[in-house]
Amino acid sequence: MSKIFKGRVVLGGNFKGEAVVTHKGLNILASFQKSALKKSKRVICADQNNEELYGRDLTDKIICLPTTIGSTTGGMVLEAVARLGIAPAAMLFSGHIDSLAAAGVILSDVWVNKRIITIDQLGDEFLNTVKTGDVIEIKEDGTIIIE
Amino acid sequence: MGNGMFLTEEEKKILDGEFGETLQKVMKTVVLYGQTFGAKRLVKLDGPVHLVTSFGIPMLTPVFEMMEELIKSNIKAREPFTVDPRPLDYRNVPVSIAKKLIFKVMYGKQKEYEVQLKAVGLKDDNAFTCACYLPEVGNIPKKGDILAWAESSAVVYANSVIGARTNRNSGIIELMSGILGKTPEFGFITDEGRKATWLVEVKTSNLPNPQVLGSAIGMKVVEDVPYIIGLDKFLGLGLSDDTKDYLKDMGAASASNGAVGLYHVENITPEAVEMGRNLLVDGYKSYIIDDEEIKRVINSYPVMWKNINAKPKLCFIGCPHLSINQLYFWTERIIKALENIGQKKLKITTILCAPPDVIDAFKRDEKTYNKLIQTGAKITYICPLMYMNNPLCANEAVITNSNKLRTYSTARFYLDDEILERIVRGY
Repeated sequence: MSKIFKGRVVLGGNFKGEAVVTHKGLNILASFQKSALKKSKRVICADQNNEELYGRDLTDKIICLPTTIGSTTGGMVLEAVARLGIAPAAMLFSGHIDSLAAAGVILSDVWVNKRIITIDQLGDEFLNTVKTGDVIEIKEDGTIIIE
Repeated sequence: MGNGMFLTEEEKKILDGEFGETLQKVMKTVVLYGQTFGAKRLVKLDGPVHLVTSFGIPMLTPVFEMMEELIKSNIKAREPFTVDPRPLDYRNVPVSIAKKLIFKVMYGKQKEYEVQLKAVGLKDDNAFTCACYLPEVGNIPKKGDILAWAESSAVVYANSVIGARTNRNSGIIELMSGILGKTPEFGFITDEGRKATWLVEVKTSNLPNPQVLGSAIGMKVVEDVPYIIGLDKFLGLGLSDDTKDYLKDMGAASASNGAVGLYHVENITPEAVEMGRNLLVDGYKSYIIDDEEIKRVINSYPVMWKNINAKPKLCFIGCPHLSINQLYFWTERIIKALENIGQKKLKITTILCAPPDVIDAFKRDEKTYNKLIQTGAKITYICPLMYMNNPLCANEAVITNSNKLRTYSTARFYLDDEILERIVRGY
């Protein structure tokens, strides 16, 4: 049976895809930098401190997370992977989006013309429910359906 | 656009594209960013911005493209700005040919990027440091000034030690704000956002190492605001130069081991002096730091070396960059430690990192400078983190007294006394 959650739309859109879930902060620099430096065709998460994400393909995925952490260069790194066409398709935050992720998705949207659909404030229950590999449908109004 | 945010007529015109497409994108970025955090308006900046992006790493293609677009549109920051340290200094931090080849690729866009930085308003050739607020550098805000900075160690210093107001912005957002001369009003810009949600009680028997204390606080409170008590017992009241240096290093550790952007220290930092424990919100959380907790935190640091018994090849001191006071402190300690064992040279290559303007000032004291250099120590303006990003450097046994460098690299952390012992005796 599908479960439905409603969050706040930071950058809206409709998308259906596969979830990748982390219950601790996503370190943007540590996760994306290696693939971006190599100009790889996919982002393979390189953050060894995040056992849930390490080694996983993040390109075109729906990343479900509480927050992002790490260097204040994080926003630019996210923009860089968007420019390379290897960014995640969406980011779904259980809490309020943080300043690094917000900068990253906004810079990608405005300067690179690549939308990373972003919904925040989905609640802890969302992150407790969603599992890596789940198929998620995102709707323009911030509705999230976990199938 | 502008949804929920009041914009002035001029701001609306910029957002509508009346001043060109590029400035429109700058405004759109800042407005969207503000809206995301519930800002009701943009507020005027009282001082120059400080940029985090100082390195021409080819991965950041969109940054170079954006800079080019700004330059073509003749857009620059309203006030000359400072920026984080340069990545390379082959003269004072010599590297092998293999490392140099990698650095050439890693920072292959450095020269072009520095040209771009100048074109959009970089202060001068010496404006490369993470400690832009030091007197010799001169990007010094006043209490209450509204800023838009990004470098995490500078943000936490400006907010806490100076009492200025800046959010912990991501790179590029600070430049956009500098171009507009405005930043969205939310978070640390507001009185409410500066309230403390943690009471941190320091109950150690001696003054704790600032890098470890900051690390403990950062790991516990993460991005929250702590109100710290018990440090005045060791540091005295108010802000002496020594206290400022202590808080600089403590703050950098709290910002990198967590994401602290503001702390208050009872009877020491300006807002704590003014408002005391009224800064604490109802229902604040508590954290006690005693000798045992300090030990626990130090013991929790992983050693990232392949061979944990390797002899160190290099030591970095000065992340964040050293003040002139700290340069003198380390010079004196190194010379005395060598004299004590009848030795003239350090046994491990030791690099002291400081802002270019601080280095220039230190060099003017030729006698002391020469004494330090004669020990084999070197002074550089680079960011050691950027050095350690080179995989060949990361594979080497590097030691440091910086918790920020430890966190973001394979460098191994030691307390100041241990560092001194190791660089002098070579183990």
